[in-house]
Amino acid sequence: MTEKLPGTAGDAHLRALRRAIARRKTWDWLFALGGVLALVLALLVFAMLFGQMLKNGLPHLSWDFVSSFPSRRAASAGILSAWVGTSLVMLVTAVVAVPVGVGAGIYLEEYAPKNLLTDIIEINVTNLAGVPSIIYGLLALGLFVYQFGLGQSIAAAGLTLALLILPVVIVATREAIRTIPQNIREGAYACGATKWQMVSQHIIPYSLPGIMTGVIIGLARAIGETAPIITIGALTFIAFLPPSPLGNPEHLISFEWLAAPFTVMPIQMFNWISRPEEAFQANAAAAGLVLVVMTLSMNAVAIGIRYHFRKRIKW
Amino acid sequence: MSHLQNRAAAPSLFCLLALALSSPVAAAPAVVKVDGSSTVYPITEAVAEEFQKARKGAVNVTVGISGTGGGFKKFCRGEIDIANASRPIFRKEMEECARAGIRYYEMPVAYDALTVMVNPQNTFIHSMTVAELRKIWEPAAQGRISSWKDVNPAWPDQKIKLYGAGSDSGTFDYFTEAIVGKAKSSRGDFTASEDDNVLVQGISGDRGALGYFGFAYYIENRKKLKAVAIDGGKGPVAPTPESVENGSYQPLSRPIFIYVSEQSLERPEIREFVDFYMKNATHLVKEVKYIPLPTKAYTGNLEHLARKKLGTVFGGQNEVGLTIEQLMKREAQL
Repeated sequence: MTEKLPGTAGDAHLRALRRAIARRKTWDWLFALGGVLALVLALLVFAMLFGQMLKNGLPHLSWDFVSSFPSRRAASAGILSAWVGTSLVMLVTAVVAVPVGVGAGIYLEEYAPKNLLTDIIEINVTNLAGVPSIIYGLLALGLFVYQFGLGQSIAAAGLTLALLILPVVIVATREAIRTIPQNIREGAYACGATKWQMVSQHIIPYSLPGIMTGVIIGLARAIGETAPIITIGALTFIAFLPPSPLGNPEHLISFEWLAAPFTVMPIQMFNWISRPEEAFQANAAAAGLVLVVMTLSMNAVAIGIRYHFRKRIKW
Repeated sequence: MSHLQNRAAAPSLFCLLALALSSPVAAAPAVVKVDGSSTVYPITEAVAEEFQKARKGAVNVTVGISGTGGGFKKFCRGEIDIANASRPIFRKEMEECARAGIRYYEMPVAYDALTVMVNPQNTFIHSMTVAELRKIWEPAAQGRISSWKDVNPAWPDQKIKLYGAGSDSGTFDYFTEAIVGKAKSSRGDFTASEDDNVLVQGISGDRGALGYFGFAYYIENRKKLKAVAIDGGKGPVAPTPESVENGSYQPLSRPIFIYVSEQSLERPEIREFVDFYMKNATHLVKEVKYIPLPTKAYTGNLEHLARKKLGTVFGGQNEVGLTIEQLMKREAQL
């Protein structure tokens, strides 16, 4: 005990260091645990909701349910007009929002001069993404339904939802373009490419995966929207389909369906949920399942496109 | 090549859109457009469903839900042929219609009985007087009446939890008019919902609950709820189809309406739809759990049509306690 070992002081030091490291690792571990718990909680809630919907809805899901019109009798009520309406509205939304949104994003990122005006536009586009959807509905009611005379039609609904998701698509496009290294652009210019050649052959294909992610998020938001669609005058009971786009004797392809009245899945579900008869609640759950399937298949298409283009990126 | 296609795609798309929207609607089947109250919706929906079946697709019917007020707005702009309404047309809406030159027929189609309910475990409430209900629901009650004992000393000291219709609904307008005496005049500290199933949940899960909503929702949920008999001055009367029909369930039974545009009636399909509505109302109204009017009211509606008795018999305001016979006999005004 009289002789101090040379290592003791060092040992104490090392122990303190180890303790400190262990303490920090504990925090590390606790944070990871917290993250996992948050994830588990979210998944659990989702699983419970989805499980409830499966349990209530699955027994009602049948070919008849998908191919029948709404009815006052829960047993014979179906979602034919609702899913056709949703599909057509989403088609208009995608056809309008994707080219316009991607075009605007490319312009802002590659062409627009950096000045106060573009700054203002930028801030507004970002803020628009957070505007409540009912505001878009009110705007669309005044502009599309009355000013442009589109009436309570599929076209008006599609344009409204396109407006709603436009900021999302623009922001996603810009984010995707920003990830492309500057030397790709310089390389293209060095080979004598014009700006348009550079954009169309490099920027668009390389940013497409990112753009598709934005499109997925946007369309997934649009498909569940009820408020703006109700505002512009979607119907609740409609037991006929819009005119078919094909098979018209006079024109090969007809666009009359754009002007047709319609309903969409979320409205049909909401109506059933608020019915007094309990059997309609099960119908609403079954309609929810179909809506989930529709959203997933829409996303599958976008993911397919994304995968296809990501494979071709060689840098 | 690929960018050439891209360049051509965008403008042609807009051309197609423009073309599609400007093209006149070809010989599509005739459409009857109905919109308005969610209370009347189940009835009109049932009629629409049967009518379309009977016409085998030659006539299409659309029914929307934008509330009685929203329905009248569209109606007076000439956007729809028929407005569903859970209350008579108001003065302001009459003026709007007059300005646009829209003339209309007012047709009562069914009774709705507002039902006052308590939790089934509530043993002390069987009936309530209008005065007691007013004591609970009037604006002055807020903060003062919080226990059943505050209303009637014979009742226990148990907290009252209130459930009622959302303030945009015709149900709210009628209940406040009938109980408090002035439309839209109510205490504010109650659970309000436009979705009656939310109210059903609330009342069935809360021992001290009291609430009101339409009869159809009570009938579907009568195992979970207990209806209160209402004493309007002539002894307590429970809400039943019989007591509503014979006019003894007062003041909480009310007629609900459709309003038909005179201009639209020139189209044969609208005329057919209204005929079909009145001829089939009795059994369809019953099927969707509302209370049908006496048969002579439906034939009376069609007589009014033939005699061109245009306008409303209410003079632009709600009225409580009117029987259907009085209503049919009154003079109408636009």
